[in-house]
Amino acid sequence: MVAAQKKRDQPWLMRTYSGHSSAKASNTLYRTNLAKGQTGLSVAFDLPTQTGYDADSPLARGEVGKVGVPISSIEDMDQLFDQMPLDQMNTSMTINATAPWLLSLYIGLAQRRGIDATKLSGTTQNDIIKEYLSRGTYIFPPGPSMRLIADTINYTVKHVPKWNPTNICSYHLQEAGATPVQELAYALCTAMAVLDRVKASGEIAPEAFPQVVERISFFVNAGIRFVEECCKLRAFGEMWDELTLQRYQVEDPKLRRFRYGVQVNSLGLTEPQPENNVQRIVLEMLAVVLSKGARARAIQLPAWNEALGLPRPWDQQWALRMQQVVAFETDLLEYEDILDGSPVIAAKVRELIEGARREIDQVEAQGGIIAAIESGYIKRELVGSHMNRLRAIESGDLKIIGVNCFQETAESPLTLGADGGIMKTNPAAEREQIERLLAHRQKRNGDEVQAALQGLTDAARSGENVMPSSIRCALAGVTTGEWGDSLRAVFGEFRPPTGIDIAIDSREVLGKKDLVTDLRARVASTGSALGRPLKLLVGKPGLDGHSNGAEQIAVKARDVGFEVVYDGIRLTPPQIAQAAEEEGVHLIGLSILSGSHMELVASVVQELRSRDLADVPVVVGGIIPREDADKLLALGVRAVYTPKDFNLNAIMVDMVDVIREGNGLARLGLPH
Amino acid sequence: MTVINLPEPEQLAARILRGERAAVASGLNLLDNKRAAARDRSARLLASLSAEQALPKGHLIGVTGPPGAGKSSLVAAMIREWRLAGTTVGVLAVDPSSRPEMGGGALLGDRIRIKNSSHDEGLFIRSLANRNQLGGVATEVWPMSWLMLACFDIVLIETVGVGQTEIDIAEIGDTICYVAQPASGDTIQYLKSGIIEIPDIFAVNKCDLGAPARKTAAEISRSAPRQDRREAWDYPVCLVSATMNTGIKAFHEHFARHRQFLANTGLLGKLRSRHQSAWVIRLLKEEFGTFGLELAGGRELIGQRLSENGVNQFAEYEQLRKHILSRFMSVNPPSSPTKRS
Ligand code: B12
Ligand SMILES: Nc1nc2c(ncn2[C@@H]2O[C@H](COP(=O)(O)OP(=O)(O)OP(=O)(O)O)[C@@H](O)[C@H]2O)c(=O)[nH]1
Ligand SMILES: [Mg+2]
Repeated sequence: MVAAQKKRDQPWLMRTYSGHSSAKASNTLYRTNLAKGQTGLSVAFDLPTQTGYDADSPLARGEVGKVGVPISSIEDMDQLFDQMPLDQMNTSMTINATAPWLLSLYIGLAQRRGIDATKLSGTTQNDIIKEYLSRGTYIFPPGPSMRLIADTINYTVKHVPKWNPTNICSYHLQEAGATPVQELAYALCTAMAVLDRVKASGEIAPEAFPQVVERISFFVNAGIRFVEECCKLRAFGEMWDELTLQRYQVEDPKLRRFRYGVQVNSLGLTEPQPENNVQRIVLEMLAVVLSKGARARAIQLPAWNEALGLPRPWDQQWALRMQQVVAFETDLLEYEDILDGSPVIAAKVRELIEGARREIDQVEAQGGIIAAIESGYIKRELVGSHMNRLRAIESGDLKIIGVNCFQETAESPLTLGADGGIMKTNPAAEREQIERLLAHRQKRNGDEVQAALQGLTDAARSGENVMPSSIRCALAGVTTGEWGDSLRAVFGEFRPPTGIDIAIDSREVLGKKDLVTDLRARVASTGSALGRPLKLLVGKPGLDGHSNGAEQIAVKARDVGFEVVYDGIRLTPPQIAQAAEEEGVHLIGLSILSGSHMELVASVVQELRSRDLADVPVVVGGIIPREDADKLLALGVRAVYTPKDFNLNAIMVDMVDVIREGNGLARLGLPH
Repeated sequence: MTVINLPEPEQLAARILRGERAAVASGLNLLDNKRAAARDRSARLLASLSAEQALPKGHLIGVTGPPGAGKSSLVAAMIREWRLAGTTVGVLAVDPSSRPEMGGGALLGDRIRIKNSSHDEGLFIRSLANRNQLGGVATEVWPMSWLMLACFDIVLIETVGVGQTEIDIAEIGDTICYVAQPASGDTIQYLKSGIIEIPDIFAVNKCDLGAPARKTAAEISRSAPRQDRREAWDYPVCLVSATMNTGIKAFHEHFARHRQFLANTGLLGKLRSRHQSAWVIRLLKEEFGTFGLELAGGRELIGQRLSENGVNQFAEYEQLRKHILSRFMSVNPPSSPTKRS
């Protein structure tokens, strides 16, 4: 009881990324979270909402209300924020391709409730670049997408001044394997692309441009190497300060401050011994709070059961309490920056800045980040970095406690409950949302809807800012799918490069006798026995954007001698079955992490049967709870792999055996 | 024992000619299969397909050019035009394999560039690895392209990104298109080497990049063959952009025009029969070696037999295989099981 009265800094905003099943269920969750001391909201939307489809679209099947809240119209938005004062809260929305739409629904709702838009504060993520590179909820090609971002910035700067219209995200790049240097470089390149685009729009007077720069905030990641991560954030601050001064002539240092929110690393959170994730999360948070000069403005933490499935309210509460303990029990907030003056830290910061500068030059030389996305360069770099990480885990060079070392464990009481330690979303959510949507379509005024949509189309064509017409659409009761379809018709759709066309890992060298050479021999001899080289289709059905697993499986399979077809994310079951047929593959590997595996796998299996391909074996990987794995096996799936199967070579051994078995050859089993 | 059931070739041929996609797929699998029993059936399949099929049917197009020039993107743009006109298209897309010591695997990446996201029964894409064979296409491509021609109006082959030595595509396609990369060393090398003679149509892609594309087009126009390799053909050089969809219509029309030109001048039949002879010999050599070719009378004699008027090369191929196989048996008779006891 010593320092209780001492002056303390204000803590950061504490959030929990959440939303599921329906607007109503999510509203209840938000209100209990706020009652527990959470200070900001962070809305997770479901994938149909993020990709601009209505709940009753065939593409939304199995995905409605699964990984977030479904928002089809202003009525859902109203229910989501029921009994919440929009003018007194700070709402962060993880929304990108459809960001102008969700923001319009929010502004429209405020208008309906008689709240002035200038009072709204919060954030739309609204960064399309990292969608192409990692997150996967893109819709339109880069040109029109960047213009939509510029539209929201131009609109909010004038009409919703407290809003953060875009959050430049490096978080998702680290989740796709990026190194700290890559995170720094690509985030800053993205920021330049956005600011240059806004500047080029000519809607902002030069003297007002510093205000635009000031509105740009970041969403970053912090991994387990927390010293280096802390240095990365200091490096971010320095580089942003320099860039905004030199490139955009922002003279006022206050407007050049690097403002950022954080979600800590989740890629490194494990399925085996999941309780260890708690200490990982706490250490990762240290990186973004330790240094006062580079401290986060807002933090959201994942839960201990991250790799098992969605968190329950209690799991989220535990994550919130971690933040509260650091902020309110420790003495951290009583000090000035405790790292200033450390030569060790300063040297590391220098090193990161130099590395990042080199990579930025590399990207600029290629014509900027959009050109480097279209050419596949950045995606290849990320897939390569992630490959390095997985190879290091396989070899044991990178230690992951409970995964590749110290595996022995007592049974964990955390996962013993009937729910398996994870949240189950309401299975009736999809049906109920569709009913709500159909009823809404009945109630609204059809002429108003048509006129509003026409206004949107006209604006999209003419180049006029789409925000006013989108707000009009929101008020007229237009649906998410209608908004998306109207713009798809004008802008078209885009599929970015997959990045898997990287060189073979040269560390798996010639002549060495190891598991890889053994595997190559197995693949080759099995191919000879069957008459042609083994051919694998890696498929990602549904709206799921988690591509890491599929990419790494595809690259590894190529490295051990498979001929591999991988057409990227977001395919329909008929497209996957058709590719399997046209390509004549020996094995189909599906990767699903969005929780929709039961519906999607059943539907792929069905499509294969209807094409006479029932004999082609199917394996599935991803976030698949144990009981679902059994159900999938009963459906005819030959094997199910989850994050605990971190050894890709072992997966390859097994896949060869699945093919052998399906063709009447003896299994070869694990090599000795 | 493996339990793969190989399809009955004659029945399969009938289904392929009816345009059944599943049959096309399993026919392609069969042609790709290297086991002895499958080679036998492949030959029968080709023979029965060609018995039903006039030689100068359809249009076989080869698209070649340096890596990353935009071959797949351009193929996608052309397919859009054909599909709008109701023309069906089969594609064989060849990608490089890694070296055998590195496992020989392949990432078949053309497909994602060529295919648009919508479901289309009039388009069929088979990706292939070149399996370290020289020449930008694999041996399998030739019979496969013939199979596809039995049920698609147009069959298009995209080669791996080629340098200047790999020209096999010239011995498959009726019409060869070279896709140039603006201001690239590859194109210059290509122009300098003799094989500028091969393509019938030139596309300089990425014309959205402006001056470099125009410069490259001018260079090609200057060097394109004017020595009347094929009589009155004009060797068009087109500036196009696959991503901006500019110049595609005009570019695309040259293909039908070239097909018409070949038919009018009587070149189409000659070209195809010459190509087929070359490939029959290549396939036989791959399967039986030089010794096998000798057993069938030697390369020259086979060439003569194949080029005789009215010969169905596929039927002939099957005959030659049988002949060589029987000679192999008599040269090296398998020991009878009774002797071993
Ligand atoms: C990285 C990650 C992301 C990255 C994805 C980057 C990318 N390009 O892949 C980012 C940050 C973009 C992301 C976003 C989202 N995520 Co996420 N993400 C993860 C995370 C942390 C790791 C997944 C991963 O990449 N692991 C590494 C790879 C190598 O492992 P893997 O895919 O599991 O593959 C292994 C095996 O499963 C198997 N395997 C997988 N596929 C295949 C295929 C074949 C053929 C074979 C043989 C084997 C195989 O082999 C691999 C080797 O071990 C997981 C939680 C976790 N720790 O697992 C959550 C998680 C998957 N995400 C989740 C969610 C909800 C989301 C969002 C939908 C949130 C939202 N509402 O917006 C978004 C949107 C993404 C989208 N468009 O779909 C949930 C899914 C919940 C569920 N299933 O019930 C999870 C489980 C987190 C959680 N607990 O809430 N995510
Ligand atoms: N600027 C521009 N880029 C293009 C154009 N066409 C294709 N590209 C880009 O060029 C790159 C290669 O395109 P592909 O169509 O895959 O080229 P390819 O010749 O098939 O490549 P390989 O099969 O790998 O040899 C991609 O990044 C395309 O986006 C174009 O008209 N303009
Ligand atoms: Mg290609």
